[in-house]
Amino acid sequence: MRLKIEPRLETPRWLPFVSIVLALILALLIGAIPLAYGGLDPFVAYRQMFRTGFFEPYSFSDTLVKATPLILAGLGVTIAFRMRLWNIGAEGQLFLGAWATTGVALFWLPPTTPKVVMLAAMTLAGFAAGALWGAIPGVLKAKLGVNEIISSLMLTYVAFEFNNYFVYGPWAAGGFGLTAPFPRTAWFPRLTDFGDAVPAFRGMTAHLGILYGVVAAVILFIIFKYSKWGYELKVIGDNPDAARYAGMNLSRTIIMTMIISGGLAGLAGMSEVAGVVHRLQENFSPGYGFTAIIVAWLARLNPLAVIVVGYLFGGLLVGGDAIQPAGIPLLIQGIILFCVISADTFTRYRLRIVQPVASTATN
Amino acid sequence: MELVFLINIIEAGLRTGTPLLFATLGELITERAGVLNLGVEGMMLVGALAGFAVASSTGNPWIGVLVAMLAGGAISLLHAFVSITLRGDQVVSGLALTFVGTGLTSVLGAPYVQIRDVPRLSVVPLPFLENIPLIGSSILYPLFGEQNIIFFIGLLLVPAVWFWIERTRPGLQLRAIGEKPAAADAVGVNVGALRYFYVFVGGVFAGLAGASLSLAVTPLWIDEMTAGQGWIAVGLVIFAGWNPWRALMGAYIFGALRRMPLDLQAVAWLPFASNPILGVWLNMIPYLFTILALIFSSREAIRKRLGAPAALGIPYVRGERGA
Repeated sequence: MRLKIEPRLETPRWLPFVSIVLALILALLIGAIPLAYGGLDPFVAYRQMFRTGFFEPYSFSDTLVKATPLILAGLGVTIAFRMRLWNIGAEGQLFLGAWATTGVALFWLPPTTPKVVMLAAMTLAGFAAGALWGAIPGVLKAKLGVNEIISSLMLTYVAFEFNNYFVYGPWAAGGFGLTAPFPRTAWFPRLTDFGDAVPAFRGMTAHLGILYGVVAAVILFIIFKYSKWGYELKVIGDNPDAARYAGMNLSRTIIMTMIISGGLAGLAGMSEVAGVVHRLQENFSPGYGFTAIIVAWLARLNPLAVIVVGYLFGGLLVGGDAIQPAGIPLLIQGIILFCVISADTFTRYRLRIVQPVASTATN
Repeated sequence: MELVFLINIIEAGLRTGTPLLFATLGELITERAGVLNLGVEGMMLVGALAGFAVASSTGNPWIGVLVAMLAGGAISLLHAFVSITLRGDQVVSGLALTFVGTGLTSVLGAPYVQIRDVPRLSVVPLPFLENIPLIGSSILYPLFGEQNIIFFIGLLLVPAVWFWIERTRPGLQLRAIGEKPAAADAVGVNVGALRYFYVFVGGVFAGLAGASLSLAVTPLWIDEMTAGQGWIAVGLVIFAGWNPWRALMGAYIFGALRRMPLDLQAVAWLPFASNPILGVWLNMIPYLFTILALIFSSREAIRKRLGAPAALGIPYVRGERGA
């Protein structure tokens, strides 16, 4: 008797959802092993994480804050992965977006600029810088056939150094790896800013960035579902040769996709400095751009699902901050990703137990 | 003066390029068997921590190296299971492996961050090199006279790997399951089991790479101490055109490039010497050079029709088209 994996002819509609929930539960169970080995009581650690992430008075707002860059960068990753373009450099694009945003807020526009103009200019700058950083691996891939996995990741390390140069060099305030704070005109409005009108909002730091994320998700959903471009993305991703025979311009679509993918990641960086940090500093992101990859995959590259998954992972980060050591959220994210890829298999294939037949060889 | 400077850079390249060489050879073997494993960075970290922890608790660096290799191999089986048995997406599975390796070593490595006096792998002194006329004391001894033993292991592994892949019967099977798994299957090769084995071998090499970092090149443990070297190794495999000898050259060049920021900062007539903040631009060199190397090698690959193993990244399913 042995197990045989064979393709499903049709996938029941409930199966992908159930498989993801099971994958998440399994991931938490597996994650308990290294936690226990590291000297923590897994049950206590998880309870602490979930309570801090989801069930305390400020959890909703705090989790939205962490979800914002995850959703924006996750959407950027989603659009690239849709056409099997492995942009894993969202973190670098995010840093470049934050850098350009800071340039606008601190140096290129006067602090007396009207808030609307200031925020609009910062948004454009953040998107453009991220888009430029994403366009480089796009052009290299489209024109020279350079592997985008490596180039986008190498550019992330370059972006870290680039950022370091400015926060330790020309833009440094005091030499601690950070710039001066932004003028108030360059701050995203936060819930707490409306505390006088709605007392319940006092102390809540969720900011305008989350609306950027939701709007971007809806726009992408519509594009994927109804536009010619969204259709081309899917065809090119599934079968590039067929797309080429059908007359689609592959290299133009690759570059466009990387521009938008990088731009969304740049917006994630923009919203983080405009809404949370209010300055540029060395390590302002705990790897949002990398977590975004998991968010996108877990959402099955569906922009609306990115919002939900982004929120869940935001909670995981908020909860992860409450427990030590710092590597735990990353570890659990990795285990979740493994479990989700494994679960994907069971939506595409089914396991059957077969009796051995004398003539068949093993696979 | 210039010769000394050049020799210093090359010597540093040989020394710091050795971990890269191990990681690159491992990924090369795995990819020749048709499996793309992007988890090199994670496996190296696991090896680096396992080696460091075991060496500092047993007092014997060689036991550390052994355990590091086994640990790298063990964690690679996660990728093997997902990509071979479950036929999952190899790109995403490899990424997951890097996340797991980074997070796991951060959680388990916390107690080791403070330890400074780990038993190291020893240097192999070759004093006789100095007595060779003309080039002995100026070139040979500074380059090879005080290298760590891992350097020599690396030198031996390259021909060994090349011989195994290109000249042996198991090597023929290795190439077959990477190029045409259906044909290998037809003549009775167990494609799945062999691919498991070579993913494991890649993990063992990555574990060795990690241990050679934490027990020889930079003998300490800090979170994410590999700083992207695992990813550079993945790039180097492409640069090397899946050939072990070119992997050797690439790894040493990149070792030198990784060290160059330090060397250049000491050159008095360069602006970096007087302004340390400018030095961060030099830190970009290895990463930018990886991209340049990929541009170069992909153009060459198109010209010479060199390329990746035909079945790289494609799960093998008997009877399916394209397998």
